[in-house]
Amino acid sequence: MVVTRAAPERKVPNWLQRMSVEKQDMILKISILTICCILSFSTRLFSVLRFESVIHEFDPYFNYRTTRFLVEEGFYNFHNWFDDRAWYPLGRIIGGTIYPGLMITSAIFYHLMHFIHFTIDIRNVCVFLAPLFSSLTALVTYVLTKELKDAAAGLVAAAMISIVPGYISRSVAGSYDNEGIAIFCMLLTYAWWIKSVKTGSLFWAIMCSLAYFYMVSSWGGYVFLINLIPLHVLVLMATGRFSHRVYVAYSTVYCLGTLLSMQISFVGFMPIQTSEHMAALGVFGLCQIHAFIDYVRSKLTREQFSLLFRAVILVASIASLALGGIAMASGKIAPWTGRFYSLLDPSYAKNNIPIIASVSEHQPTTWSSFYFDLQMLVFMFPAGLYFCFKKLTDANIFIILYGVTSIYFAGVMVRLMLVLAPVMCILSAIAVSSTLNTHMKNLDVSRQDKKAKKTDINYPFKNEVATTVVVLVTLFLVTYTFHCTWVTSEAYSSPSIVLSARGGDGSRIIFDDFREAYYWLRQNTPEDAKVMSWWDYGYQITAMANRTILVDNNTWNNTHISRVGQAMSSTEDKAYEIMRELDVNYVLVIFGGLTGYSSDDINKFLWMVRIGGSTDRGAHIKETDYFTPQGEFRIDKDGSSTMLNCLMYKMCYYRFGSVYTEQGKPTGYDRVRNAEIGNKDFELDVLEEAYTTEHWLVRIYKVKDLDNRGRTR
Amino acid sequence: MPETITTAVSKFYNEYMTSTSKKLKCIDAYLLYVMLTGIIQFLYFCLVGSFPFNSFLSGFISCIGSFVLAVCLRLQVNPQNKSEFLGIGPERAFADFIFAHIILHLVVINFIG
Repeated sequence: MVVTRAAPERKVPNWLQRMSVEKQDMILKISILTICCILSFSTRLFSVLRFESVIHEFDPYFNYRTTRFLVEEGFYNFHNWFDDRAWYPLGRIIGGTIYPGLMITSAIFYHLMHFIHFTIDIRNVCVFLAPLFSSLTALVTYVLTKELKDAAAGLVAAAMISIVPGYISRSVAGSYDNEGIAIFCMLLTYAWWIKSVKTGSLFWAIMCSLAYFYMVSSWGGYVFLINLIPLHVLVLMATGRFSHRVYVAYSTVYCLGTLLSMQISFVGFMPIQTSEHMAALGVFGLCQIHAFIDYVRSKLTREQFSLLFRAVILVASIASLALGGIAMASGKIAPWTGRFYSLLDPSYAKNNIPIIASVSEHQPTTWSSFYFDLQMLVFMFPAGLYFCFKKLTDANIFIILYGVTSIYFAGVMVRLMLVLAPVMCILSAIAVSSTLNTHMKNLDVSRQDKKAKKTDINYPFKNEVATTVVVLVTLFLVTYTFHCTWVTSEAYSSPSIVLSARGGDGSRIIFDDFREAYYWLRQNTPEDAKVMSWWDYGYQITAMANRTILVDNNTWNNTHISRVGQAMSSTEDKAYEIMRELDVNYVLVIFGGLTGYSSDDINKFLWMVRIGGSTDRGAHIKETDYFTPQGEFRIDKDGSSTMLNCLMYKMCYYRFGSVYTEQGKPTGYDRVRNAEIGNKDFELDVLEEAYTTEHWLVRIYKVKDLDNRGRTR
Repeated sequence: MPETITTAVSKFYNEYMTSTSKKLKCIDAYLLYVMLTGIIQFLYFCLVGSFPFNSFLSGFISCIGSFVLAVCLRLQVNPQNKSEFLGIGPERAFADFIFAHIILHLVVINFIG
């Protein structure tokens, strides 16, 4: 796996000898890159081998559903799609509220395959799209690093990114999500950006803006990109490196890129109206002024120029300040969105918007997860920065900026680790390759003429030092490989729709309760039944059970989610009113108390309370009511009575009080919370149990109708 | 002797008239034309409004885009900048310019509605 530039071979095979050195170099590069591609594809297949070719997690189910729709109905219907299955009774305009790049990519693949009579199922296209694109990412990383340093570093970077866990976590087979292709687009845009800055060619600038268009069409993270590139230009200006090449590259990329990005209906007019994009516009203006000033300066003497310059700058600054002020005051430029604020100020979301804070991937990153996801890259990264600083070029400044900004963002939000992983690979590859290049030369491979050589006085033990360094680096790379493979197989290859656990005798037990429950819903409920669940399971229910749901993972309407949270955290009578109001037929909860599955609804319950209480209609729901007087969240006898009587508690623990779960423990012992439940014998008044899966993971309840006289019971 | 703004401007004008080649003057005339078109559109926006916003935007950005691309062309064909743009001759620059315009105006036509 460890790919370094090979020292000149002494014994080459006959067929290889016949080729020139350039050809040997080429064939070596191609074979290494091919191996990288194959490796990055195959290391992501653990989950397919262990389970089956299924879509993972939550969001991918939505993407899968929309892709199926696109393939079956065609692009125009997809573009105009109004989905009445989600967000009942509001509905959702799917065509205008998603990034369509992912779906269109897989639809194109699907049609291409069918065109050459390779009848692949659309599900399999979706499952294997992310691994395929990660192979392409390895290639693009090679190109990008080659532009920054040289081909050797490029090969190391390609090998590193093919197995880096921070990227694998989002691109295993079956995790069919925007990020899977977005990283490829992002690196492609960067590679072409560097290329256009280096050559000053219009052609590469246009290619860069086209790659940017692909990026915008596939992921909301393009905002990072449209701020990073202007930042690069700004730093180039500040360091006096601004040249005509940079002008050509940036002006073209900005103009075309902005225009192209507005073609995505979800993005719309945002690139010229929201504050996130204003930095790019400002730098564009600055670029024009800078270029014009350079031009004028070349034509005039110093005194004349400074006179003219002062006059112009005075007028221009007053005018731009006035214009900006008017635009801001009249609301032409929208203020920053919540997610963006939470990037700049990590505590913003926690204090103000529970719906953003509740998502686990929006949490700040812990130190251990940096090491877990990047291993030795964490230590190599500063070394790479050092090598870049040592030989500062326009391109190196870019990668330094990319590294520094993304390490900050990765610290703020776990899921932005994904943006950090590629730059970590590139910088570490530069460090590794530079180190090896320096020491490989000192390595004394020819033993026989050792005595003939005089030892260098200024550098004693030259050969020994070189050997130690090379062995150490190789050792690091080998442990990196083992670590990455281990992390991939242990942590990132579980589909989370099918759970597995080790039994007492070491055998593997499969819990397939989720699909069991969704299938039950599909077969046993009326076609137009409305299912209420917490929003996490919305996408899965629409995709697999094909039933109408109230809220889903696209958390666009806070009040609607809050209403569901209120229903879950109220008493039965109150909840019944809300459920009648929302026209709910079935309620679905996830319960892990029997199996010990810890991310169930009781553990998420505090978020439901918080989100439920965050709007006007739920102001009576207070988080403190659900805690014991000591401030603990308990479900046993000491738990607060509000907690023990709310709808969520009752739905989860209905009939649970008579079940033995663990030896030597009383009945109703919750294996997640490690406590005997506090409220055992109760009956449900407004709900009836409809279905409970084999391991009680999913419980479905039917909402009773009003009785004849219009009362609830 | 103290310089005034008017003398500086007139000096600049004379310098421009004498030292710029005909080819570049041609491009400059085109730049002026594009700029005037843009200004007219902006005046329209200020006076009448921007009701079909996408149409206004595509027209205006088409102007800005054309302007920027022409400036790029001007930079690339200017013999003074030859050292900066290695391997880009005037023919290559013009071909790139045409290619960029094709992409730009395809998108503009799509966007104008």
